Amino acid sequence: MQKNDNQESTQEEEAVPGMQQLLDNPFMLLFLGVMFPTVFYILWGIMEIISIPAVK
Amino acid sequence: MAAKMFRQCPDSGLFFHKSAESLMKAHAVLGVVYLLVGGFLGLLVALTRMPSLHLLSAEDFYLALSIHGTAILIFWIIFFEMAVLYFAASTLLRCRPATPAFGWLGFLLMVIGSTLVMVAFFRGNSSVMFTSYVPMPAEPIFYLGLILFAVGALIGCFIFLGTLVIAKQEKTYDGSVPLVTFGALTAAIIAIFTIASGAVILIPTWLWSLGFINHIDPLMYRTVWWALGHSSQQINVAAHVSIWYAIAAILFGARPMSEKVSRTAFLLYILFLQLASAHHILADPGVSSTWKVFNTSYAMYLAVLASMVHGLTVPGCIEVAQRKKGFNNGLFEWLKKAPWANPVFSGMFIAMIIFGFIGGITGVVMGTEQINLIIHNTIFVPGHFHATVAVGTTLTFMAITYFLIPVLFRRELIWPTACKWQPYIFGGGMLILSLFLLGAGTLGVPRRHWDINFSDALLQFQFAGTAITMLGIAGFGGFLAAVGGALFCLIAVGSLVFGKRLDPGASLFSSFGFPMASSCYNVERPGKLGLAPVEQTGDGGVQAKGTFVLALVFLASFVVYFFINAKYLSSIWPMG
Amino acid sequence: MSILPPSQKIWWKEPIHGIEMMWIILALIWCLVLFLWMPYWHVYGKQNLSNESYKTSPEQFEAKANTMAKAYTVRTDAKSNTPVVHPPAGSDVYMLGRLWQWWPILELEKNKTYRLHLSSLDWQHGFSLQPTNINLQILPGYETVVTITPDQSGEFAVVCNEYCGVGHHTMLGKIYVK
Ligand code: HEM
Ligand SMILES: [Cu+2]
Ligand SMILES: [Cu+2]
Repeated sequence: MQKNDNQESTQEEEAVPGMQQLLDNPFMLLFLGVMFPTVFYILWGIMEIISIPAVK
Repeated sequence: MAAKMFRQCPDSGLFFHKSAESLMKAHAVLGVVYLLVGGFLGLLVALTRMPSLHLLSAEDFYLALSIHGTAILIFWIIFFEMAVLYFAASTLLRCRPATPAFGWLGFLLMVIGSTLVMVAFFRGNSSVMFTSYVPMPAEPIFYLGLILFAVGALIGCFIFLGTLVIAKQEKTYDGSVPLVTFGALTAAIIAIFTIASGAVILIPTWLWSLGFINHIDPLMYRTVWWALGHSSQQINVAAHVSIWYAIAAILFGARPMSEKVSRTAFLLYILFLQLASAHHILADPGVSSTWKVFNTSYAMYLAVLASMVHGLTVPGCIEVAQRKKGFNNGLFEWLKKAPWANPVFSGMFIAMIIFGFIGGITGVVMGTEQINLIIHNTIFVPGHFHATVAVGTTLTFMAITYFLIPVLFRRELIWPTACKWQPYIFGGGMLILSLFLLGAGTLGVPRRHWDINFSDALLQFQFAGTAITMLGIAGFGGFLAAVGGALFCLIAVGSLVFGKRLDPGASLFSSFGFPMASSCYNVERPGKLGLAPVEQTGDGGVQAKGTFVLALVFLASFVVYFFINAKYLSSIWPMG
Repeated sequence: MSILPPSQKIWWKEPIHGIEMMWIILALIWCLVLFLWMPYWHVYGKQNLSNESYKTSPEQFEAKANTMAKAYTVRTDAKSNTPVVHPPAGSDVYMLGRLWQWWPILELEKNKTYRLHLSSLDWQHGFSLQPTNINLQILPGYETVVTITPDQSGEFAVVCNEYCGVGHHTMLGKIYVK
């Protein structure tokens, strides 16, 4: 138990790397996971569909 | 004084919260009901596509196929996934579920929604397949049912997120969430995007079916609908990969080879997996090749990279664990000495192999923009996804059910011999079905087609004799798979009703979603979930050599199969 | 243990094992090959789906197909009562899908290039040219133009491979190549 506490305190002093912070943050991930496909797949796709020319 | 709401399973050591446990059971049981319905119709479909049998009439065939796809792909899978989400958040984190009352509301919406869809099917005017492409109309209650079902599932996803928040606030665990929970989070995130897209397209389509809107653009429909239809398959991938990690941990005490690599692979899923909805639009007019190439390749195949990583690390972590136990001879002793008679393991391992070697490779090949020209809408496509979703996902869910029946439902499994063989029968049947559908599809046989001999048609065409033979063999495989599927349903329901009670409090009702006797719940707050024990010896000495060899075989098959198809493509009429 | 929190609070700094790293590199290389193959095939491959398509209406498209059929019909297929049309080599040719036929029957010349226009008058259909095996999704309201060069002679069928109602399996068309 004591050993564990020690380990904790030494580790907590160390800053958590940015990538780990991101991976530990569900809402940031949710934001990215919704934004990427919305922008690249849906919005880009819809823009292309809207701009299809009418036949002569 | 808080009430005692948790029980600890004496066999697995897992803690179950009373409300979460009931929600898990209710969702899982309803999932199995839909598996039974969908599987039975799948059998009828397969026997109709067997040219020598040609079982159903055309009208019944299209109805049966619509129900098969919807009941099994949407209802079975998503009901079961909701159970997985409750398990991954509440049970694994030892946390009370957020707002269980809303959990029941979500469940109720899913039940009502799926029932409405079934009613629409059986009324006979909604045989539109689960894709319901406009402008072919279905009855309004069909779309309404799907919408309600989706809202119910969305509630489940938010409860999952809410439970993560509570667990963090109440400090029920130390450090970061377990990898399995992280994988489930990936599934939940993809599910939220999926369901939102579904709402964007299904709500207007419902209004259209009621006459409030007079036109739904078919290309817009297809593009947005597939953000639902394909991404929902990606929920399955994230969910079943998480379960693979869970089973590796439960059976072997395996730890991830590297948390960093596995979690980054899940991050690639979160970012890129959903773009592949474009697979379904490759043969469509109007969207540019740039959009197609970028999206169909998940932005340069980064999600494929992630799957290949999981494909190495899951068996790899099992290998490392087995080698530490002393199965250290040669390349494959660890695998030979694995518990092949335990359906939790065999189911999971068969699922993984068929998912990767058949589902994965064929999926990427047909998702290549130009190669799709020789595959779009042929029966190759069902061949592919029976390897992914019917073996990969469904067999994984079956495997974890063998674990959950004693642990969650507190019943002993009935028929141990049948349990032992079931994954092989189902997996073997599905393997035959998939391979021969893939073969027939390569020869151009269409999917969703009642009669490839065209006997009622005014013009005529003859498919190659081999194509007809292959459909016959596929039908046999489908029959075998249906036997395996039926066996699973019998074992699962039989165990819930007749299985020996492992806990005196496990009543008949408690098998179907009611809590067990309140005396079973005797823990007020489980102890904090500590960090995984630190490995004594570094992993450096015990490397996953056998898995690496398997992975190289996989890569070689992938490369060869890809270029065979590229060659095939180069033989068709020049076009541009 | 994947069902427990990672044993290190800070796990991002753990080293990656040799085998894992090697596999990531191999897999990444293959992913890049797969990706680059598509633009490569756009430049050097002969089979690509054109990006040419237009918004249209069933009436407009039907009128165009009728005009072509009127001008170039050479005979009528007796059983299906469908005109067989032989348009000039290299011209714009039309084929429409409707419940449940592909219309009209086309007669093309081998190794000549045509601009084939496709659309649907009602629901979605699948243009599946057999046995050469070319498959396209055909939508009402959209006209797809593909430039094709039949390089085999013989009789080809257009199977409908998008479910289009209870007559779907009777929906066939023909292309003859001479
Ligand atoms: C019980 C064993 C099963 C058999 C015998 C079976 C057989 C078939 C066959 C032959 C088809 C192709 C029909 C066609 O396109 O003409 C089909 C379609 C399909 N199957 Fe299965 N299947 C089984 C289980 C499953 C499972 C477990 C899943 C998914 C979890 C599944 C999902 C689907 C889907 C989504 C379709 C496409 C439906 C459509 O085109 O609208 N099947 N099945
Ligand atoms: Cu059709
Ligand atoms: Cu059709």
